[in-house]
Amino acid sequence: METKNQETFQIVVLAKQVPDTHDVGKEAMNADGTVNRAALPTVFNPEDLNALEMALKVRDSIPGAKVFVLSMGPAKAAEIIRESLYRGADDGAVLSDRRFAGSDTLATSYALSCAIKKLGDVKLVFCGRQAIDGDTAQVGPQVAEKLEMQQVTYAEELVNATREKLTIVRRLEQGIEVVEAPTPLLVTVGGTAPECRFRIADRMLKYYKAQMPSEAGENLAAAEEMWKERPYLKLKEWNADDVNPELDRLGLGGSATKVKQIENVVLLKKENVNVPAEAAAIEQMWKDLQGVVF
Amino acid sequence: MNFYSDNESLKFYLNHPEMKKAVTLKEMNFADHGKYADAPANAEEGIEHYDLVMDLVGEIAGEVLAPNAESVDQEGPHIENNEVVYAKGTTANHEALRDAGLYGMTLPRKYDGLNLGYVPNVMAAEIISRADAGFANIWGLQECAETVNEFACEELKEKFLSRIRKGDTCSMDLTEPDAGSDLQAVRLRATWDEANNCWRLNGVKRFITNGGAQLHLVLARSEEGTTDGRGLSYFLYDKADGGLTVRRLENKMGIHGSPTAELVFKNAPAQIVGDRKLGLIKYVMALMNGARLGVAAQSVGLAEAAYREAKVYASQREQFGKTIDQFPLVQDLLRDMRTKTDASRSLLYETARKVDITKSYEAIMKTRSLTPEERKDMKENSRIADALTPMVKLMAAEWANQTAYDSIQVHGGSGFMREYACERLYRDARILTIYEGTSQLQVVAAVKGIAGGTYLKCIADYDAQIEATLAAGVENAEEIKAIRAQLQKMTEDYHKLEEAAKQLEVSPDRRLTEALAYIVMGYLLLLDSTRCGCFLESCRNLVVMGRGEIAKHMACVMA
Repeated sequence: METKNQETFQIVVLAKQVPDTHDVGKEAMNADGTVNRAALPTVFNPEDLNALEMALKVRDSIPGAKVFVLSMGPAKAAEIIRESLYRGADDGAVLSDRRFAGSDTLATSYALSCAIKKLGDVKLVFCGRQAIDGDTAQVGPQVAEKLEMQQVTYAEELVNATREKLTIVRRLEQGIEVVEAPTPLLVTVGGTAPECRFRIADRMLKYYKAQMPSEAGENLAAAEEMWKERPYLKLKEWNADDVNPELDRLGLGGSATKVKQIENVVLLKKENVNVPAEAAAIEQMWKDLQGVVF
Repeated sequence: MNFYSDNESLKFYLNHPEMKKAVTLKEMNFADHGKYADAPANAEEGIEHYDLVMDLVGEIAGEVLAPNAESVDQEGPHIENNEVVYAKGTTANHEALRDAGLYGMTLPRKYDGLNLGYVPNVMAAEIISRADAGFANIWGLQECAETVNEFACEELKEKFLSRIRKGDTCSMDLTEPDAGSDLQAVRLRATWDEANNCWRLNGVKRFITNGGAQLHLVLARSEEGTTDGRGLSYFLYDKADGGLTVRRLENKMGIHGSPTAELVFKNAPAQIVGDRKLGLIKYVMALMNGARLGVAAQSVGLAEAAYREAKVYASQREQFGKTIDQFPLVQDLLRDMRTKTDASRSLLYETARKVDITKSYEAIMKTRSLTPEERKDMKENSRIADALTPMVKLMAAEWANQTAYDSIQVHGGSGFMREYACERLYRDARILTIYEGTSQLQVVAAVKGIAGGTYLKCIADYDAQIEATLAAGVENAEEIKAIRAQLQKMTEDYHKLEEAAKQLEVSPDRRLTEALAYIVMGYLLLLDSTRCGCFLESCRNLVVMGRGEIAKHMACVMA
């Protein structure tokens, strides 16, 4: 993209690789009740794809803007960066380090905020409303707090974007709300926002061999050779030291959430009940519900 | 849904042993590697590239095109202020493929193309046709870019190729009210306008697929006083330059997504493609083979869709206490549909590989002279491509119709209702045996291959390959041997048939072509079976069908 004489405008997308919940088998859970990530196929967290689309749309309307995708996870999270590059992202990095393991939303948002600070003058951060493996919807807002950015949550539609401000439609339980917010700004995007654009053939051919050093494993020497010839194929991989954190705020140690017990929830009732939209039927439903012991 | 990854046959043909040669020739020994970020370094990478692009085509076909097909069929296009307005779904399809960089993908990288070979191009056409056969015409007309790239001057190439790559739509304006199968009768006039340094087009074109397109390739009479094909030249016309009226759109039986227009050119400015007088005899003839292979791909894609609709329905519909796919008579229908589709596809990609290799040699010839071996190989491939193209167009189009018919049969009364996709597929299929040369004209084109012995030479080559494979050891060897013996017997019978045919006043060309087609496809499926057992059932069934057909032809000819 032509950026000469254009002041850069940095946009970051936070994206997570999550287990594909469409395809959960018996091995999905370990004996101790934690998720067995190794046994599950992974996907791009769906709402993060909506966020990527909104970021790309802003990028397309602001000359000089660039989209950088950031993902925290194991080496295979590099797939998130490749997928993003195929769809039009300009750059990306995986934040990967054993010291991040066991992070709850507090420690995750801290690590991500450190990485965003490393990127310098970031004007916009987009992320999905929540991830399908945790459903907390906390990471986005916590990152905004740590970066002292304004935040707009539950975004559904981008109405307008300039360097100074964004106009966004929010999808709320009661209806919609149109807001204007100044940059720098963090936006969490919901699943009702436009779907992400498809991959682009030229970019797939250009980037499908892109790798992070730790992915290359035994083939690192060959990969180094390739990177000399085609530097764009080397994906950025940052460890904890690269993003200058306070180490005691990372991972399990930096997490405030302590899992006390995990319980299997078994649904006893299987049938559905249709309640007609009539006063008497609703009255009866209310009575039935009062009789149910939760 | 991904219409590439859910169909293992496609990956199988992309990885055919001959594909490494095809990619190496197409990439001119990987000369672009290092110059362009998306150029492969070797044949393996080249095939990986094809696989990646097909996966993307399959995703968009499954996620966008197929879900839109029903509404496109119902809505169709219309004319508004002299513009052809597509159905909403058609516009969405076009934009999805355009944004993903899937137009003009066979163009050289110099014009921002992906330099994809002919095989993946045909495969993309098959995948798109499975989703929406009508839309496949709109996407397929980007083939005009190939004509411009092959024959136009550099100035025209620079000006128009990147526009096609970015999704400008195209049409080939050949047919006129009195010039259909007989294009020599084209009357639309082209006259040189000295003052404005351009040609002017005047006249009417009819049945023009995607006639509202931005760019038109127009066959016109540039030589006043001539009446045959030698007076025709080929022109590139840009709708933005004015002078074109879209007079009406045809109300068709099927392929509603593809607008068919009547066009009136009035002093429309145009530029000549290549040389004068070569319009029909060289350029249109060159693209005609490509268009025929395009219809063959369309036929295979449509047949695949019709077969899958039937298979799913039969596995769900219960009668007499069990699903109907457990009844032998329904199983027979499904097996024949599968067989015809597998056989058509095998012949389609065999033909496409030969075209791919031929075209690459032609491109290489523009940069250097070929070695004697290369020249010989090119001639060989070109001869086979020319013979197999009408054969696959004939058989795939006829069989797509039979498969669509049988798909409705499996659905029973429900299949007669608009709610089921098989009803649309049946209507869409009907044009396949007619346009880009009727089945009868394909037989006429096949006669050269019959008389010249090209088909029999192919058959002998295939038989030798089977022999070599058997000698080297292969799975299912006994069955492969048995089927080979039957194919050899069919070939003997064909010789008798051909001998007997010589005694007739009018040669039974269609019978001869179809008999050969069964043998050729039987061998191709047998060769496929040596690499994957999954083709054995279709191969076995095709050979049984073929023996019956040849016996019938012998009875008729020898009576």
